[in-house]
Amino acid sequence: MLDLDDIQYILLNRAPARAGRYEFLTFDSAAAGRAWLSAMVEQVQSVAAMRASIADEKRWVTLAFTWHGLRALGVDEASLATFPEEFRQGMAARAAILGDTGANHPDHWVGDLTGPELHAIVLLFTRDIADRAHYQEELASIRAGAPGTDLLSAIDVEAIPPFDHAHDHFGYRDQLTNPAIEGSGDEPTPGSGGLLKPGEFILGYPDEVGPPAGLPQPEVLARNGSYMAYRRLQEHVGKFREFLAEHGETPAEQELLAAKLMGRWRSGAPLVLAPDADDPELGADPQRNNDFNYAQDDPHGYAVPLGAHIRRVNPRDTAASINRHRMIRRGATYGPPLPDNAPEDGQERGVAAFLLCASLIRQFEFAQNVWINDKNFHELGNERDPIVGTQDGTLEFKIPTRPIRRRITGLPAFTTVRGGAYFFIPGLAALHWLVAGG
Amino acid sequence: MAIPEGGFFPDAVEYGRYGPIFPKTPACYGFTIVAKIIPGREEVFREHGRTLEKAIEEQPHFLAPLQLHYLRWVLFEIEGATYFMYQGIFDTDFDKYTEDAVELFSQSGISTVFENLEGFPADWKTNPAAFVEFVRAHHRPSFLEYGEYPYVSADEVKKSLRVKALFSDILDQMQ
Ligand code: HEM
Repeated sequence: MLDLDDIQYILLNRAPARAGRYEFLTFDSAAAGRAWLSAMVEQVQSVAAMRASIADEKRWVTLAFTWHGLRALGVDEASLATFPEEFRQGMAARAAILGDTGANHPDHWVGDLTGPELHAIVLLFTRDIADRAHYQEELASIRAGAPGTDLLSAIDVEAIPPFDHAHDHFGYRDQLTNPAIEGSGDEPTPGSGGLLKPGEFILGYPDEVGPPAGLPQPEVLARNGSYMAYRRLQEHVGKFREFLAEHGETPAEQELLAAKLMGRWRSGAPLVLAPDADDPELGADPQRNNDFNYAQDDPHGYAVPLGAHIRRVNPRDTAASINRHRMIRRGATYGPPLPDNAPEDGQERGVAAFLLCASLIRQFEFAQNVWINDKNFHELGNERDPIVGTQDGTLEFKIPTRPIRRRITGLPAFTTVRGGAYFFIPGLAALHWLVAGG
Repeated sequence: MAIPEGGFFPDAVEYGRYGPIFPKTPACYGFTIVAKIIPGREEVFREHGRTLEKAIEEQPHFLAPLQLHYLRWVLFEIEGATYFMYQGIFDTDFDKYTEDAVELFSQSGISTVFENLEGFPADWKTNPAAFVEFVRAHHRPSFLEYGEYPYVSADEVKKSLRVKALFSDILDQMQ
């Protein structure tokens, strides 16, 4: 059984929020950090609490810490040494592995996220922007009550219109797939691959190969915790639309090209099931919009190119031990939408995303290093993920079509990494243990 | 291709998740692991050979996820001690699919052979980092590699063979 009273809600649920704010904090001293945490801990919802109050609740709070943050709160060196190396090093130190080079390099990141002074993140989600303003004040007053706990930076996130479905600035429908976890009460939608063992995402439970192993110590700190990779990804909407216009003559051709890059139409309809024409009803229907595979349904990529985003980040039945590389995705868009037909306005907009997993190196870093950035993934030779891969204008994107494939060269970067960090999300008992000073 | 001592071209080191990646050469990626066996375990190695042979008979594509060309298992003696050499030629760096490989090998019957090497980590099934550390510590990089058909992948070879088979079918039908 999962400890639904102890696991932070974000691991198993998405808040029904249209707005939010992430605050990045630093502690002057362990005492300051603990004073702040003792006030904040009451704000955090477990899975069970969140589910019970969802109808009336207006704000949802998640807390997580960097490795330096755990140290700043007074966790002892013996315990700190039991955390995995990639987490201890932090995301910026792993840049070469993640593909964060060139314009994506941590030297260019914003928000003071790369140094040892980044200790904690607060994720606030609210039903709307007015509520955010209100609860943001509350967070500020809790901070003011714990001198020595300071804001390094913050980012406001909010959904962009139309509000009837989640989508990013490029216009792709999002939040369609989500791993369903054994014991969570969730049922996997048809095609999404069955229930996964909780240990793939939550520490202290069996995973796909067996009982928990190699957990950080002490157990009270690790149990019901998880790791979270934060990625602030700027989307160059003007460049994306120009690219579609340059390579597609008609609006229909441009839509198809957008679909080929992603593997789904912007409506969400999967290309495997709707290869020739969009089918928005299919895109919106959770009983059908994940019900596909690649090995049998589309082995050569005539529907979904082998290098399309969703075929890379979850190759489904065409990858070995797929269930060892899954991730929970959370997050939201930030920045103002760019109106249709408007030229690029130079404002930063994008997605501020979280990838949650029990092993950063086996799940998130594997996805970045192999699936997203291996130029030779599926023998493609000269490609990376067209949406989030490291692109410097020298790579290509191949679209299998009969009788001869289409090959687009000189693919530009549609996204740039503007920030990121690794966090540990403790369970509620672990938060109390941290307040008590370990 | 001549390779500097240590196995890397200092100006062009790529980083994998478990450390720097050994370069691709005309003979693709690969490793040559040389390690001392626990004395008296020779027969276990030979038995492993038979087990693996059987596994491949039953499931010919069992090792496909590793993107292999060839694997060679060798036992040899130096001054009375028995050593094991394991050489693999791959189309991808081993670092990329480490966990998948560990998983493949930990499936029944195939898990045993490395466990008979001195210094192999007992918790390898759940500790891929320790597995990689052992592999790296016992890898002897080449100083020279050659390929008669340079940089060709196993997949390309298999594709060409399919085309050849298809072509000879067509020729047969034209008789
Ligand atoms: C600007 C950046 C990104 C955009 C616009 C984007 C967009 C999308 C969209 C539209 C989908 C399909 C909807 C769905 O399956 O829920 C998707 C799926 C997915 N994305 Fe991304 N994504 C981005 C970054 C990333 C990153 C950095 C990762 C991982 C490191 C990632 C991992 C995934 C995964 C695992 C799926 C599910 C695929 C499946 O199960 O079929 N994405 N993404």
